[in-house]
Amino acid sequence: MTHDLVYNILSLGVPFSVALLLASLGEMFNQRAGVFNLGCEGIMCMGAFLGFLPAFFLKTGPLAPYGIVLGFAVAAAAGVVLGLLFALVTVTFRAEQGIAGIGLQMLGWGVAGTLFRHFIGGVTGVEGLAAWSIPGLSRIPFLGGILFNHNPMVYVAFLMVPASWYVLFKTPWGLKVRAAGTEPRAADSMGINVNRVRYQALMLGGAMAGLGGAYLSLCQAKMFADDLVAGRGFIAVALVYFGRWSPLGVLGGALLFSLAQSLQLAIQVAGIKFPYEFAVMLPYVLVILVLSLARKARMRGPTHLGVPFNREMRY
Amino acid sequence: MNRFKLLYGGSIVALAALAAALGAALVLSAIGASPAATFVTIFTGPFKDVFGLTEILVRAVPLILVALGIAIAFRSGIINIGAEGQMLMGILAATATALALPTWPKAALLPLVILAGALGGALWAGIAGLLRARLGVNEILSTVMLNYIAAQFYTFFLRGPMIDPGELETGSGTPQSMRLPEAAFLDRIVPGTRLHMGLVLALALCVCVWFFLWRTTWGFRLRAAGAEAKAARYAGIHVPGSLVAAMCLSGAFAGIAGAVEVCGVHHRAIENITSGYGFAGIVVALFGALHPAGIVPAAFFFGLLLVGSDMTQRSAGVPANMILVLMGVLILCIVSAKMYLNNPYAQERAARFFARFRTSGAGEPS
Repeated sequence: MTHDLVYNILSLGVPFSVALLLASLGEMFNQRAGVFNLGCEGIMCMGAFLGFLPAFFLKTGPLAPYGIVLGFAVAAAAGVVLGLLFALVTVTFRAEQGIAGIGLQMLGWGVAGTLFRHFIGGVTGVEGLAAWSIPGLSRIPFLGGILFNHNPMVYVAFLMVPASWYVLFKTPWGLKVRAAGTEPRAADSMGINVNRVRYQALMLGGAMAGLGGAYLSLCQAKMFADDLVAGRGFIAVALVYFGRWSPLGVLGGALLFSLAQSLQLAIQVAGIKFPYEFAVMLPYVLVILVLSLARKARMRGPTHLGVPFNREMRY
Repeated sequence: MNRFKLLYGGSIVALAALAAALGAALVLSAIGASPAATFVTIFTGPFKDVFGLTEILVRAVPLILVALGIAIAFRSGIINIGAEGQMLMGILAATATALALPTWPKAALLPLVILAGALGGALWAGIAGLLRARLGVNEILSTVMLNYIAAQFYTFFLRGPMIDPGELETGSGTPQSMRLPEAAFLDRIVPGTRLHMGLVLALALCVCVWFFLWRTTWGFRLRAAGAEAKAARYAGIHVPGSLVAAMCLSGAFAGIAGAVEVCGVHHRAIENITSGYGFAGIVVALFGALHPAGIVPAAFFFGLLLVGSDMTQRSAGVPANMILVLMGVLILCIVSAKMYLNNPYAQERAARFFARFRTSGAGEPS
């Protein structure tokens, strides 16, 4: 009984982490480059809706198998566009990043909601991606079902963790990104175009947040609703703080929160007497707790996070 | 120079509004609605009768109150995104107080209920303030999380401990509280409409906030800590303390907005009672340049937008979510424009630009 419960929580928690993982890996690049992108939530909303739209329209027809792939592509493209918009506002116009992020959140939420009411209107689902069990590995008792029996996006997301580690710490571009976030002036005098690097990081982060949103509507919920994202964009931002701006830390954070979420589901399903609302609250409370504790474990993060780069200004 | 600044600021706000209208027009044409017709409905619809007019004022009341709170926080160097949750906590506290003292006379109960609302909001915001001051937790993230937590708290109380027993008897189970005792009602100003005395309270509080921020030592300390934390600390101002104080004060205003909404409009706690005022208040505060004198007209403008967009939903089938698009673009434009507003070179150039108009317009001899 308890064995089953643990198994269920773990095997649900792993796919739950994907949306958060994608979005917070993208956000990690943003913050490493020195931009605090709170608009992540809005980008996820747009990604969730615009990813769902092609999949929904191509549901029946000859192109049906490509609907979901197209959905992910559209969501990533929308993310890039919104990332560019955010870059224009915060990098070029040097706007206050926290408030601009709230603006982007409202924009994404509003556009997705308006278009949703018009084009779809009610609750309708899509097929979603089928689970693809990795031959051999999925046969491992217990672990096989937890780790190797999911839809392909899960593997893609998990492969993004080492990939983004490699990009961030082993490539010239990663070095530029880190420099733009910690020593923008030094980077500038070394001939790195700080603002261009920030633009690139925001576009990459936007694409990943868009993919994360699309994962929610296409693979996790298999439908779209106004409140589908439910603050996951904000949680993704918090996870980057929690993960101390490292891919592995972010992965740990994403897993922690998705496990809290699947635990909450398990509590409901198991019929344990516990008010439903408090179970839903759990992940959000966890974010606050973790943010309060994470401060103590000091590790160097981007020192110029949230500070617009201005060549003419000395600071 | 001051006059140019005003002209300059005005034209930037106008540009922001134009950009927002453009963004909204894009979305509107994407769903096949006519932007022009929609805008006409939004901006003229509410003016057609007394009901529409009073509804604008009804919406403006919570917007003014929330925006005042947000302006206090922003001026003190702390960003409060949590007005939505603080409103809900204020509503819970106010409703509980009113229901617990059904026999009290109005003169005592009503102020107490509103104070309870303020306290509820202040305590909820205080959590974020303390976390920021003590543990350095980013207040934007914590207030957002507290919003989600408050929403769950609120529905828990409405479905559980505070549900109207009548709902359980009839079996409909609508999550709402009992009707407040009449002594807790805010009087209606225009009979037959929903316009209530909260408007007077909101305007009075505007004056109080202005007086507090610009005419008292306490207000000066808060603003100093917000404007230049290092200098303020050097001058002996306890910056973390002022952050917590500003956050609590800010939450208190959101809580009052919630209490006024319950006592003036709905007379009981219901679901979706905040109607997004917590977020719209951020836009109102920014649009009003974080100053009470700007917040009042901004709140009326957004009240108009809210009523008007409700009308488009009913008449033209344009979803009311549209308003979020407008507000989002407005925020992005306003924060972007700030760079130009604060840039002395740009200001000087603009001053010269406007000066050219003036001399040629007035026909002064050159």
